[in-house]
Amino acid sequence: MINVSKLKKGVVIDHIEANKGYKIFNQLKLDESQDVVVLMRNVPSSKMGKKDLIKIENDIHVDLTVLGLIDPNVTVNIVENGERVKKIKLSLPEKVKGILECKNPRCISKTEHIVDIEFILIDAEKKLYRCEYCDARTSL
Amino acid sequence: MLKGKHLIEPFDFSLEELDMIFDVADQIIATPDRYLDVCKGKILATLFYEPSTRTRFSFEAAMLRLGGQIIGFDDPNTSSTAKGESLSDTIRTIACYADISVIRHPREGTAKLASKFTDMPIINAGDGGHQHPTQTLTDLLTIRQYHREIKNLTVGVCGDLKFGRTIHSLVKALSRYPNIHFKMISPEELQMPSYILDELLPGSYEITNQLETAIGDVDILYMSRVQRERFVSEDEYVRLKDFFILDKEKMELAKKDMIVMHPLPRVNEISKEIDGDARCVYFEQAKFGMFVRMALIIKLLGL
Repeated sequence: MINVSKLKKGVVIDHIEANKGYKIFNQLKLDESQDVVVLMRNVPSSKMGKKDLIKIENDIHVDLTVLGLIDPNVTVNIVENGERVKKIKLSLPEKVKGILECKNPRCISKTEHIVDIEFILIDAEKKLYRCEYCDARTSL
Repeated sequence: MLKGKHLIEPFDFSLEELDMIFDVADQIIATPDRYLDVCKGKILATLFYEPSTRTRFSFEAAMLRLGGQIIGFDDPNTSSTAKGESLSDTIRTIACYADISVIRHPREGTAKLASKFTDMPIINAGDGGHQHPTQTLTDLLTIRQYHREIKNLTVGVCGDLKFGRTIHSLVKALSRYPNIHFKMISPEELQMPSYILDELLPGSYEITNQLETAIGDVDILYMSRVQRERFVSEDEYVRLKDFFILDKEKMELAKKDMIVMHPLPRVNEISKEIDGDARCVYFEQAKFGMFVRMALIIKLLGL
């Protein structure tokens, strides 16, 4: 078993479904971060069997919207002085901006430059969203 | 209440707001002379990024009959779009000159995007295969004219139910009214998509491919054209285009007070031999389209 030292101050993204950690790592652009970042994969878990886990040292802004969309079951723990001070349970956001892309080739967003298209949740089970412009269904 | 609003999709307006528009349309039909100068000094911009005769003429005739004036284009190559101007810049510029604007564009969601850049009312006159709300207003006004109230009706929709944007909008709009029953009449290949059926009350519709057996039950028969441009295969189009032809023989099976509607243009789906039948109201429907657009312009301008 590999040991990773206890975090003093930062964010722990826990209960990530096994193999989804790298996706979250990329979505949060952690490859560009100057902080100490650890991505652990296939960590044994009594609840999940296997899970992924990300630890980020220092204060960073964690975009919960992204996390909720990729895997709403993850938990986010905020750590200060080596202790967990806050636990955030995520859910699928009702509306998201700037993450999804409309998949409809006939959508106006394909030819006009539109910043922050809003996508509205229409089916939580299937993680389906609709484009605010053309109503086409899309998912991550 | 409607002043300054945009009309992007039929559900933008509540049933009460729709009634306000239809009431004004009724008054215009009854006394058109009273409305000759209502829009005097007002300008309607018609921005047609793809060809349309019927819808554009209908809007232009509506504004002219209200005493207003028109600016616009029907070929984007003659506008600044050809120079690479963005939609947002076009709309902001037009808003400096016009009081209200109608937009048709081949791309889905264009009218919605346009409405974000201006307080000038924007009317969606068709955005690709997506929405065409003033056709829906036309259809609802037509039904009101012939059946007095939009309730307790059996509505047959026939033809291309898979790709027909007009029929999708109409079915969704009618489903807001009390006790409307649908008969979805189409060949199997062109059946109504499940995402439309899922929004209807269970038991409020039947699916069939038999026009002959369904026609006797309906109060309204809404025919539609099988659109060549929707097919990848020409053979498939040829096979399905004449699947239903409404003719004298079938009309004999229909109720005496039913009406036949069609958004036009038609191809072969309605035989010309029945045009003289009083129940065939598709040309009156086109006229109601102009009246409802007149009423819409008046209400959105707050006149």
